[in-house]
Amino acid sequence: MAELNELSEKIAAIKQEVQRELEKLSNSKGVYEYKKNILDGKNGLIGSLMKEMGKIPNEHKAEYGKKVNELKQWAQNHFEELDARFKEEELRRRYESEKIDVTMPAEKRQQGNLHPVTQVRNQLTDIFASMGFDIYEGTEIETDYYNFTALNTPQDHPARDMQDTFYLSPEFLLRTQTSAGQIHVMEEQKPPIKVVSPGKVFRSDDDATHSPMFTQMEGLVVDKGITLCDLKGMLDEFVQKIFGKGTTTRLRPSYFPFTEPSVEVDVSCFQCKGKGCKLCKGTGWIEVLGAGVVNNKVLEGCGIDTKEYSGFAFGIGIERVAMLKYGINNIKQLFESDLRVLKQIDD
Amino acid sequence: MLAPLSWLKDYVDIDVTPKELEEKLFSCGFEVEELIQVGKDISNVVVGLVEECEPIPDTHLSLCRVNAGEHGTFQICCGADNVCAGKKFPLALIGATVYATAKDHVTIEGVMEIKQGKLRGYDSFGMLCSGTELGLNEDLYPGAGYNGLLVLPEDAPVGADVKPILGMDDWIFDIAITANRPDCQSIYGIAREVAAVLGKELKPLDLSYTQTKKTKDGFTVTVDATDLCPRYIAHYVHDVEIKESPAWMRRRLALVGCSGISNVVDITNYIMKELGQPMHAFDYNYLEGNAIHVRRANNGEKITTLDEKEFELTDANLVICDGVKPVALAGIMGGLNSEILDTTTEVMFESAKFARDNIRKSSRALGQSSDASAMYSKGVYEYTTELAMRRALHLIEELGCGKVSSTHVEVSTGNSIEPKEMKVSVARVNGVLGIKVPDEDIVRILSNLNMNPVINGDELTLQIPAYREDMDSYPDVAEEVIRMYGYEHVVPTFMPTAQVTMGGLNLRQKSELKIKKALCGAGAYEGIHYSFFSPSDLDLLRFPQEAEERNAIKLMNPINVDLSLMRTTLAPQMIAAMARNQKRNVLTGRIFELGNIFIPKSLPLTEYPQEKPTISMGVFGEEESFFTLKGLVETVADALDVTFTYEAAQRTFLHPYQTAEVLCDGEVIGYLGKVSYEVANELDMRVASYVAELDLTKLSKYYGKSQKFEPLPRFAEEKRDFAFVMDKDITCAQVENGIKEACDYVTSVQLFDVYEGVQLGIGKKSMAFSVVFTPQEEEFTSEAVDGFVDSILNNLSKTYGISLRM
Repeated sequence: MAELNELSEKIAAIKQEVQRELEKLSNSKGVYEYKKNILDGKNGLIGSLMKEMGKIPNEHKAEYGKKVNELKQWAQNHFEELDARFKEEELRRRYESEKIDVTMPAEKRQQGNLHPVTQVRNQLTDIFASMGFDIYEGTEIETDYYNFTALNTPQDHPARDMQDTFYLSPEFLLRTQTSAGQIHVMEEQKPPIKVVSPGKVFRSDDDATHSPMFTQMEGLVVDKGITLCDLKGMLDEFVQKIFGKGTTTRLRPSYFPFTEPSVEVDVSCFQCKGKGCKLCKGTGWIEVLGAGVVNNKVLEGCGIDTKEYSGFAFGIGIERVAMLKYGINNIKQLFESDLRVLKQIDD
Repeated sequence: MLAPLSWLKDYVDIDVTPKELEEKLFSCGFEVEELIQVGKDISNVVVGLVEECEPIPDTHLSLCRVNAGEHGTFQICCGADNVCAGKKFPLALIGATVYATAKDHVTIEGVMEIKQGKLRGYDSFGMLCSGTELGLNEDLYPGAGYNGLLVLPEDAPVGADVKPILGMDDWIFDIAITANRPDCQSIYGIAREVAAVLGKELKPLDLSYTQTKKTKDGFTVTVDATDLCPRYIAHYVHDVEIKESPAWMRRRLALVGCSGISNVVDITNYIMKELGQPMHAFDYNYLEGNAIHVRRANNGEKITTLDEKEFELTDANLVICDGVKPVALAGIMGGLNSEILDTTTEVMFESAKFARDNIRKSSRALGQSSDASAMYSKGVYEYTTELAMRRALHLIEELGCGKVSSTHVEVSTGNSIEPKEMKVSVARVNGVLGIKVPDEDIVRILSNLNMNPVINGDELTLQIPAYREDMDSYPDVAEEVIRMYGYEHVVPTFMPTAQVTMGGLNLRQKSELKIKKALCGAGAYEGIHYSFFSPSDLDLLRFPQEAEERNAIKLMNPINVDLSLMRTTLAPQMIAAMARNQKRNVLTGRIFELGNIFIPKSLPLTEYPQEKPTISMGVFGEEESFFTLKGLVETVADALDVTFTYEAAQRTFLHPYQTAEVLCDGEVIGYLGKVSYEVANELDMRVASYVAELDLTKLSKYYGKSQKFEPLPRFAEEKRDFAFVMDKDITCAQVENGIKEACDYVTSVQLFDVYEGVQLGIGKKSMAFSVVFTPQEEEFTSEAVDGFVDSILNNLSKTYGISLRM
């Protein structure tokens, strides 16, 4: 019994000692060190108690062990409580020390972007690709035949005056219209044909509102039973996708040698919704593209039987769309690679 | 084309407002570019009768009492010299608007509002006006050119608005005529469309005249070049009295931009405007040989036109000759030698059809043009040749300026000017449109267009007037129907009969887009430059005379020399773009362009040249270097999943020691380097700039390269770092290769440090590399790795004299 009484006194002394020591500690590292020392099996104040077990008579061993474990548990609880308090405090200080001014400028990797013309061109080709159109890019240098003659614009045709052409030789020229691609496509493949043909075109025009080079996209559909209504249907779909829901089209008569009938296509002004504003010059409509039913002479010239097939074609100026969409006021700025311009448009 | 409403009303009873007519014309294919209201700036000007007029002493002014009828009677101070009691003048009431003129009383300086004023102490309650102040001139209203008050007719009602009296209540339609409708480049042609769109009758032209018995015996017309002149009509007019044409004709000509010259000349201009048929009048007294001869000019033959310009001709030009010499440049301008003068007493009128292409080419080649040549270039139909002559002869008689003889000679190739029958299927017409236009509407529309339609079952029979040469098959009929029926009837459908097709970008398009997007991701902005450049660009880049870049395709008709060659390299424009940004104070940036260069297979071109997609890249600024540009070049390699290697190289426009050729699989595909100081100075470049160019044609074979999954290494990789000492001239690539060729297990060699310092010795440098060894069959033992290291060190030592740095 003496051993157990002695143990009780020892435990009471240890508890006092531990409480005293713990009050001196100021951080979780100290708690950890103290804990390690006191529980150490060889020399630790608590740890060494277990060493005494051998000296305890068998009948008291259980009781002894229980008391020592209770003490151990008591100490553990104290350590954990104190440790938790210290850790909380330490974390708080760490957070405080890492305080930043969140309004300082961001650090980011500057991304570039595609040219506004490429952006619009991609939007257009995406729309048409989703409608089942292939994308055909013809050559910038064309022959007079493909650019004019095959498009029902023979040598003496007054429509040639509509376009000032850059010639490279009597036969070769810089294409004035992506329509030139139509003929290549129709020569190379048989209907059904659904193709859009984007690319650079050239006209001998150089003033405030004209650039000698600009970008067009031609579209062509040739299949059985294609009508003017199909052209209208497709254009309605397309203008909503590019200019926004609710945009409508208006067709009015026009003239292109390679379509008959030919139409000029206006879209309802997407800025004022047709009420009339500066953009649409108060008319509620903006002229965006030319179109029509493919002229039989053009189809026949490509060996397509007009008794069986018909088609429609349309041509749109990509810079014009880009300028309308983004409010760019000078077409020439698009070709100067001025980074202040290029950085602005990322659609 | 200008069409005054009052002139159109001669031929159609127009019962809609000018605005409504504009909309109708627009809907049927005639865009009114401008609707001009004559006298729109003038308001509140009425007929004023000067009842009293007393000079104000010691001034040039007169004090008048002017009766303005219902508006009252006003005291007006007037400085004009022709003011006098008993006459009627335009009176601008207080609040009226008229044109303000400069001190010369002729130059218009804007619009002014009339206010109550005081001159030399006398109140003035309005202003008496000159013709100029009302925007008139002598052609628009006789007397309006006088530098003083405009005198109004005695019967003008006092107090009435002056506008109807002075012909200022008119409207002018400036109409855009599409190239397929040259028949509409005249008042009568437009009137025909107006009648059709309004469903009104088109009134006939007055073509009546009486021929005298007189003839010009023996007069002949010969046409040699019938291909260039399919119809020529000449008519002889005698007892001609040249004088001013009447006010109504001069006013009309003035409204459409022609000034009055003399009655005979004005008639030819009037006919051209009214019927779209250019005419010419020769003074018969100056025609030799009693003959007209239409032929190609002889090479070197000369003519002086009415405007006193002399031209040397070739056989590409068509001339009208008398029995001896050229007297007119056909379809372009008459000759000075046979011009109508005040003394003219006999006239030979010409009305002819000339081939439009020939007139256009001659006009361009000679640099001589006129309203007539412009009209011929667009197309004049034979139909109007005869009509115009008769109308002109009618006017000769109406104006009393001569007598119409019986000498009328017509030479033609026999083309019919009668309507042509055309039969089309109604179903096909509707088939083009995709809607069913009711038969009665088709008939109504085509009747209004004078085509006399008859429908019998599916067969539509038309009589196409000769002036509608554009009508040739059912789609043309469909267009006529729909433009009058209204495009709003076209209902949207989505190709219900068409086959489903797959669409999308092809491999090249996808790959190019991938490259572009990768470059954007690396901070570069896409630029687009013209496909043509300047010969001076080639000089700037110092390409030697024999350089391929100089073998460029020339434009025959460039806008200017700076845009005169098809580009053979993208570098000059990229360098210029960087210089331009720097000039505009943008001092750092990355730009790329993907565009074609043009390589001729032969010059001059006899076959399509090669259009080679090429990519150029430019970086400039403090934080950019050869290696940042190289990073951009590598971005392209990464996008295509290929490996580029680099070799030091030279370009005439790049830094001699900061230039490399880019190779892929041993083939040179481009270059990169720093823009040379010579080029940079010439362009005033302010910061270091670098340019690269890669040939995408050569890279296209790697497009869509199939990506293969490499299994992850099964065994732990070993990494070793080395610092080597070597001669300065040894390149990174040499060391890398030396390491790789010494050991097959090396999977990565990365340079991480370069050092030069005196302790290494003169002409030496140190380079430090991380080398990774990847085991394949089994884990490496440390002895094995030591063995690899030894063979690497041996190889480097043997090949390049490289040693480990101690």
